Amino acid sequence: MTERVGVYVCHCGSNIAGVVDVVDVANWAAEKLGRRGVIIARDYKFMCSSLGQELIEKDIKELGLTRIVVAACSPHLHEKTFRIAAKNAGLNPYLVELASIREQVSWVHTDKAVATAKAKAVVSGAVSRVIENQALEEIKVPINPNTLIVGGGIAGIQAALEIANAGFHVYLVEREPSIGGHMSQFDKTFPTLDCSACILTPRMVEAGTHPNITLLTWSEVTKVTGYVGNFNVTIKKKARFVNEELCTGCGICQEKCPKKVIDEVYEAGLGYRKAVYTPFAQAVPNFPVMDKENCTYFIKGTCKACEKFCPTGAIDFKQEDQLINLDVGNVILATGYDLFDARRVRNDGYGRLPNVFTSLEFERLSNAAGPTNGNIVLRDGKSTPKSVGIIHCVGSRDRNFNNYCSVICCMQGLKFAHLVHERTGATVYNFYIDMRTAYKAYDEFYQRVLEEGTLFVRGKVAEVTDAARNEREKGKLIIQVEDTLASKQRRIPVDMVILSSGLQPRRDSKDVGKLFGISCSTDGWFTEKHPKLDPVATMTEGIFIAGCAQGPKDIPSSVAQGAAASARVLDKILQKEVALEPVRASVDKATCSGCRICNGLCPFNAISFIEDDQVTEINPALCQGCGTCVAACPAGAISGTGFSNEQIIAQIDGLLMKNLEMV
Amino acid sequence: MTHNTFEPTIIGFTCNWCSYRAADLAGTARMKYAPNVRLIRMMCSGRLDPTFVLRALSEGADGVMITGCHPGECHYIEQNYKALRRYLLLKRVLKGMGIEPERVKLVWASAAEGAKFAAETTAFVEEIRKLGPLSWGKDEGGGMKDEIKNGDSSLTIHAERSSFEKEVAA
Repeated sequence: MTERVGVYVCHCGSNIAGVVDVVDVANWAAEKLGRRGVIIARDYKFMCSSLGQELIEKDIKELGLTRIVVAACSPHLHEKTFRIAAKNAGLNPYLVELASIREQVSWVHTDKAVATAKAKAVVSGAVSRVIENQALEEIKVPINPNTLIVGGGIAGIQAALEIANAGFHVYLVEREPSIGGHMSQFDKTFPTLDCSACILTPRMVEAGTHPNITLLTWSEVTKVTGYVGNFNVTIKKKARFVNEELCTGCGICQEKCPKKVIDEVYEAGLGYRKAVYTPFAQAVPNFPVMDKENCTYFIKGTCKACEKFCPTGAIDFKQEDQLINLDVGNVILATGYDLFDARRVRNDGYGRLPNVFTSLEFERLSNAAGPTNGNIVLRDGKSTPKSVGIIHCVGSRDRNFNNYCSVICCMQGLKFAHLVHERTGATVYNFYIDMRTAYKAYDEFYQRVLEEGTLFVRGKVAEVTDAARNEREKGKLIIQVEDTLASKQRRIPVDMVILSSGLQPRRDSKDVGKLFGISCSTDGWFTEKHPKLDPVATMTEGIFIAGCAQGPKDIPSSVAQGAAASARVLDKILQKEVALEPVRASVDKATCSGCRICNGLCPFNAISFIEDDQVTEINPALCQGCGTCVAACPAGAISGTGFSNEQIIAQIDGLLMKNLEMV
Repeated sequence: MTHNTFEPTIIGFTCNWCSYRAADLAGTARMKYAPNVRLIRMMCSGRLDPTFVLRALSEGADGVMITGCHPGECHYIEQNYKALRRYLLLKRVLKGMGIEPERVKLVWASAAEGAKFAAETTAFVEEIRKLGPLSWGKDEGGGMKDEIKNGDSSLTIHAERSSFEKEVAA
């Protein structure tokens, strides 16, 4: 054996030593694994302490160790620590291997003899493996300082402003004609009841006029290639049929357009817009968009009223979709949510009973700039309700729909109760399963709504119906519910029902995830790198997430995540280059038979076939190191650093050698 | 070796992002499970070359547990589906070789499922215990497995064998 291996067995106080006979393990390794190159084996109280690390560094220098095994905790905890120690002593950090005898042995087993035997096997596996380890170098790539942000809601706007203010360029892409997102549709925001537009509009304007922000609205990302620091994205800028260079946003075209269309998006189906329109008065940018499907000119070939009256000649019926190609270093996905389709909960009657409203419809009803100028009225547009029922958890915390809690619906329901009470004086009932008002000043708001006289019924609503059983119920909507606090069934007649619908992932979130190479949970929310410690990063380097795209959340949390994601991007930009783990696959061209079995296996498009040489090639910058192609190659031509066949087979053999130690 | 005293040896292949972390979590939460499993960490269940399983079975393992992220939750988007395909094929191959396919088991365990990891491990050990030792090669007068079972000397035999193999390869 040419390698000189040092084995270090950690006591971790009594965490390991309390169950595993660490002295025995060290002595055994020195004695029995000597043939495999172990020249020294020590045990120490805390290997991760500076004294423990010095012990290793000293041995590397004095004994000329070429491989290190530390039998201690999980590599996810201290692999980095011992790699740095090795590096300090002049040994390549990737020649260190951790044997997890705490998480995998002492903490999960009780019998000392059995645990000690297993610890020996784990050490044996690590020793066999480390001999096959290769010296590796971190992969360094430069970072393009430009950033792409997808989604112009409050999370995306916040992230864009943070990065732009730090002096770096941002491309902010939004699918709709204006930035602003769902927040621009709301009337008031809980718990302080600030007017949503009053706090959002200044941010929108700032983003729209910032020299470091390029707004790309009415646009969608269609293609992404590359890797952290060096993404290349293709963006489809849909034809607006309005020349942005010439348009002043005066609004005359909208005024003159004779075609009225029900606005299903911004007004939630309650109001009208024109065929050429900006979704709302404060839209950023303020250039209108032509709705080709409804425009009389595009349907019949005549009209052109907008063109006739436009003072700057900005209307351009010949405009076409445009593909824009950009290089960016990092991406933030802040694509938001879709509202749960309340029609799916048939018992609640939405879509069947006219006076059942969704939360978004109510937001528009109560908004002073909305279709009723803020008057809360029934579907007839005239009558003010005398009693209103607000149903919580619609589509959330329900095994038939979504298991998760949508976070915002309780507070939203309370806000609605307050607004109805304030503006109509109606009797308000809230039907809830559990009242969830965590976070700052939220519960105080609940108390306030309680004091205002809103009635609360704890129970999941069974049905909303218009089938009256008596005079009192005639012409009303009757809410059938089990009041679980009073243990009785109730039938409560009301004039109006508001469904506090939950949040859902965007219908195309899985496609978007695939486009950017990140994964979604089974529900469809983007998966963060770590649910607690890394909530805005993803498993793909250089792709960050913020806001509701990651999971349901309120405005303060969305803003916080937008800012957090931008901090992570700035961190990358300021480093100028990024170091990647050198776990990569590569093809030995001499061995590759050109069978192409591996070609379809890579979801990161790292594998390509070179027609001229009839062999396959792997782009190390795109490779993420999963090793699927390595396992698939029938010729054994693909090797994967860090987890090579040799390393894994050696570890299997090593782990199994102590078969008889198990009692 | 009778069935009463038989302690199976199991090799577990784990994914760095989910099941290895589930094992970490089982440890951090001090959940107890059968000590018969020895884990190997890979970056993804997609890295699992089916020959690794055969290698483990031929070198003394009585069973092999393959673990990865739940379908749809793969860190590498979809590579666990490839692991699933290989697993299904491998089971057929094992059957053809005269080995009980139940000796290899696929378990999905997310990083949050320490309890599931612990429970599945213990359950699998019991399943293998019922199947008994994997004693292939015995009829032909002793294979690798018997060498290993000769006690500590097996280490020597193995060390020599490995180095011999290396020399041959070189």
